[in-house]
Amino acid sequence: MAWFTKTRATTDASEKRTLGLGVFRRCDECGVTLKAEEFTENLEVCPSCGHHYALSTEAWVELLLDPGSFDEHDTGLVSGDPLLFNDSKPYSDRVRATRKKTGADDAMMIGSGTVEGRPVQLGSFVFRFMGGSMGSVVGEKIARMFERAADLRQPAILLSSSGGARMQEGILSLMQMAKTVSALGRLRDAGMPFVSVLLHPTTGGVAASFALLGDVNIAEPKALIGFAGPRVIENTIRQKLPEGFQRSEFLLEHGMVDIIAPRREMRATIARVLGHLVG
Amino acid sequence: MAHLEFEKPIVELEDRIRELKLYGVREHGFESELRKLEERVSTMQQEIYDGLGVWQKVQLSRHPDRPYFLDYLERIFDDFVELHGDRAYSDDAAIVSGMARLDGRTVAVIGHQKGRTTKEKLRRNFGMAHPEGYRKAMRIMEMAHRFRRPVLTFIDTPGAYPGIGAEERGQSEAIGASLLAMSRLRVPVIATVIGEGGSGGALALGVANRVLMLQFATYSVITPEGCASILWRDGTRAADAAVQLKLLANNAVDLGVVDEVVPEPAGGAHRDPDDAARLLGVALRRHLGELSQHDGAALIDGRYAKFRAMGVTQQLT
Repeated sequence: MAWFTKTRATTDASEKRTLGLGVFRRCDECGVTLKAEEFTENLEVCPSCGHHYALSTEAWVELLLDPGSFDEHDTGLVSGDPLLFNDSKPYSDRVRATRKKTGADDAMMIGSGTVEGRPVQLGSFVFRFMGGSMGSVVGEKIARMFERAADLRQPAILLSSSGGARMQEGILSLMQMAKTVSALGRLRDAGMPFVSVLLHPTTGGVAASFALLGDVNIAEPKALIGFAGPRVIENTIRQKLPEGFQRSEFLLEHGMVDIIAPRREMRATIARVLGHLVG
Repeated sequence: MAHLEFEKPIVELEDRIRELKLYGVREHGFESELRKLEERVSTMQQEIYDGLGVWQKVQLSRHPDRPYFLDYLERIFDDFVELHGDRAYSDDAAIVSGMARLDGRTVAVIGHQKGRTTKEKLRRNFGMAHPEGYRKAMRIMEMAHRFRRPVLTFIDTPGAYPGIGAEERGQSEAIGASLLAMSRLRVPVIATVIGEGGSGGALALGVANRVLMLQFATYSVITPEGCASILWRDGTRAADAAVQLKLLANNAVDLGVVDEVVPEPAGGAHRDPDDAARLLGVALRRHLGELSQHDGAALIDGRYAKFRAMGVTQQLT
């Protein structure tokens, strides 16, 4: 075969990414290319610039709780379709497909465990499940977590990362804000602390309910935290937003969060706070 | 008077009747024609309002002539003393609050206020509150709690304001804190959605023992425009989104979010504000009478149980 008739080996873009994956990884923030393990071993934080990438719910549980102490509660609680919502695909199909794809029941995981030997109730959003949006299941699980913490007289820790209320459950999603916050009130009556951990991003109905009502609010560096999304604000006021607007550092400056803790220090920070507030 | 597209035939007929009444006196046989026209108006009104689509009802909830909080306040209550300011930053005119009397009994009244004229709309920011508005509301609620006065709220907002100052001063925290404060009040709380119940900014005044909704009000997690732009990247498909969102009063009752739909005069509250206020007053008095039988602990527990039960989930086995 003559050289000029040879068909070129075809590699499409997705293949290129796959080839590189597991070997090298480029930081979108600072552009440095490092071995992929260097990111994973550093808890998904860029070793060069310190940019925090998302850590999975499971990895967070492992990071914060004492090894083997986690006992997950209320598994198998799944969403209904009260509105029979249908955009391009029925909501019930969307949820079923997302459950299959993510291996999660919905966007919230709750359970008990210990932090440096101290029993706590822990909840964490599952961002990969429909952007961590809060519908009936998320609200129900958070309410149960606060109630359980109040009954057992244990602190509650909740890791938020969510775009807000889940549109597809309409007004019932909105009501989860009232339900979760009311349950937080029970925890306050029980005299137990709520440590709210704000991860990137925490916006909308999740920000505007329990997420900023922690006795102590701890944010990760540069997390986007706010009521309205930046695009909504830009469209409303018709001007560009300043650099760093609605980031953790902005919230600290404006008195909305207590502490910004890098991922490596999160566990120790929570443990110290609980040490001051409990027992 | 401003008119929606589907209101035009009715308004035109009504104008014709008015003209006849003014000038027709001299002509012979005008009375029978007048009667015929009046009958036509009433059947046409019936037909038009029975056949309204979801989007037309959304438009009614935002009707420029729709009565606002202050219109109901002056018709239902006496001796209103407005109380201003959050004691920290400023007075937000998008929320009006104070003490007033209902049949001689003092209650705290708090509501969103949109504003009628352009100037007033700007001053009240179209009923979109900033954090200081919610903090003012909270201050009045907590005062009512201390002096054992029931709290009546009136919801009518497109949503809490999404702006730079609102974020700087903690819009999220203010709304969350208001939800918490309302859940802990030891007095009867009645919330009524009188127009637009827009998302968190509406719910911040909505954690009540009884939640009422006017017949042509809406209550939604997101505006139809916002929903359409997220779903289809096309805000002009708001009417389609409105259908999906199930944001009408009867939907809210079916979903267990609202206790009672308060009927409006034929054609909507703006067609007869006095009668709309009378109907709302009747409902408020009845619910307040019922709630006044309960002590503080029962009111808190009742409110807790009410919101705790909202939502639809299934347990897989």
